[in-house]
Amino acid sequence: MCGIVGLFLKNKALEPELGSLMAKMLGTMCDRGPDSAGFAIYGSGNREHVKLTLRAASADTDFAALAKKVEAAIGAPVTVETHATHAVFKLPTASEDKARQAIEGSSCGVKVVGAGTRMELYKEVGRPDAVAKRFDLAHMAGSHAIAHTRMATESAVTTDGAHPFSTGRDQCLVHNGSLSNHNGLRRQLERKGLHFETENDTEVAAGYLTWRMSEGASLGEALQKSLTDLDGFYTFVVGTENGFGVLRDPIACKPAVMAETDDYVAFGSEYRALAGLPGIDKAKVWEPEPATVYFWEHH
Amino acid sequence: MPVVDLEVTSLRDFNQMLHGLGDGTNETYFRVINPRGRHAIAAGIDAAVTVEIDGNAGYYCAGMNKQATVIINGSAGVGVAENMMSGSVRVKGDASASAGAAGCGGLLVIDGNASGRCGISARGIEIVVKGSVGHMSAFMAQAGTLVVLGDAGEALGDSIYEARLFVRGEVKSLGSDCIEKPISDGHKDKLGKLLEEAGMGGEVDLSEFRRFGSGRTLYHFHMDNLGAY
Repeated sequence: MCGIVGLFLKNKALEPELGSLMAKMLGTMCDRGPDSAGFAIYGSGNREHVKLTLRAASADTDFAALAKKVEAAIGAPVTVETHATHAVFKLPTASEDKARQAIEGSSCGVKVVGAGTRMELYKEVGRPDAVAKRFDLAHMAGSHAIAHTRMATESAVTTDGAHPFSTGRDQCLVHNGSLSNHNGLRRQLERKGLHFETENDTEVAAGYLTWRMSEGASLGEALQKSLTDLDGFYTFVVGTENGFGVLRDPIACKPAVMAETDDYVAFGSEYRALAGLPGIDKAKVWEPEPATVYFWEHH
Repeated sequence: MPVVDLEVTSLRDFNQMLHGLGDGTNETYFRVINPRGRHAIAAGIDAAVTVEIDGNAGYYCAGMNKQATVIINGSAGVGVAENMMSGSVRVKGDASASAGAAGCGGLLVIDGNASGRCGISARGIEIVVKGSVGHMSAFMAQAGTLVVLGDAGEALGDSIYEARLFVRGEVKSLGSDCIEKPISDGHKDKLGKLLEEAGMGGEVDLSEFRRFGSGRTLYHFHMDNLGAY
């Protein structure tokens, strides 16, 4: 069991409330996954700048000092926003490679866990409501977000094993279920040059999508292909720069409920997660079909 | 007429109170407000009372029901009326997966659509779905009836025993050992009575239904059937 929630806003006026709505949704899914939690939120951004989400082993890490080192290395200003063990560095897109080298070279145990124009990615072990509070999700704004509460089955309870998993720039994946062919698939993907941090099955699914897209597939095509190559139970929700997608395995083993109004499209593992959304009583509520790729995007 | 607000009264207290109702109780009608998708609302009742739920219910609503009438003015989560023994449950909206699972008796009516595995392992329950049902409905159903006014998804009646299935719309595919069977006047009479009981008498032409049931080839192990087990 795990819990997934997602919210894609159609009404821009709701954007300042995205974080508070998501925090409530995530909180209701605590008992589906009390081990760890994480979320990806798509806030403001522009093509000239990249947002790097950094994760440190402890909250004592001096992100400001690290930012100074990065500024010196790239010769451009870096904006820093710190949330407990995580920080988002915003810097010129052209300097990304140099910035990554400076961060890796600083040997302060900080990892770049997400990159993109708009995506910020936070995850941690602990009860989901406590994790959301720690990162102050309730005060974050954005156009859409996805979040996950984990009850670990396939690998250890660690921050690395928490969801979401980044699948590429501005892209991430959360998963409810368990894959049965992840060890074989991991070996195949490693032979193709991919690197995995954990024994986690979802990381393999994320790596699989990354590999498919590196071969030229769109995210929709990659998800479609995963129906034949991934064996097991899954409800996937993927976040992209402009929206989010949903895919359930062909026997729809894991639950999924969606709600749509003029203001938003929302996803929940259970209806309980959606019950507090504004206008839910008038929303169209339905279950996504098995083996069908769904997408909602801003154009 | 007690109104139970689940934002005020704890669900556990409400269910406990329902379980304490005996035969001849004077309180025979309860209205539940603010269900907000909570699980196991009105599960385990054994009394001839009516519970009407205003809003969407979560998992296992009215599970194990005996005698009671439970009406959901909204949609229901996974396993509505699972293991029902008698009485009736009506869902005015849609039902999630495994509606009426393993039910032994009683009547489940779903005005909207039901998701996958509707009537899985049914053991005597009667289910009427006004809309369509999802994949693997009536999987391993042993006894009882499933009536679908709309369409049925993939693998209908997979590994079915002796339950009767009636579908008015299209059937995407039949599961292992589920076959179409002729529909007699006797079947139509029973179907008509069941639809009347479900409040849909005269709404549809009975000749539009097709009947499905067990081919009875999987009852005992047979080497030639290995692929189908």
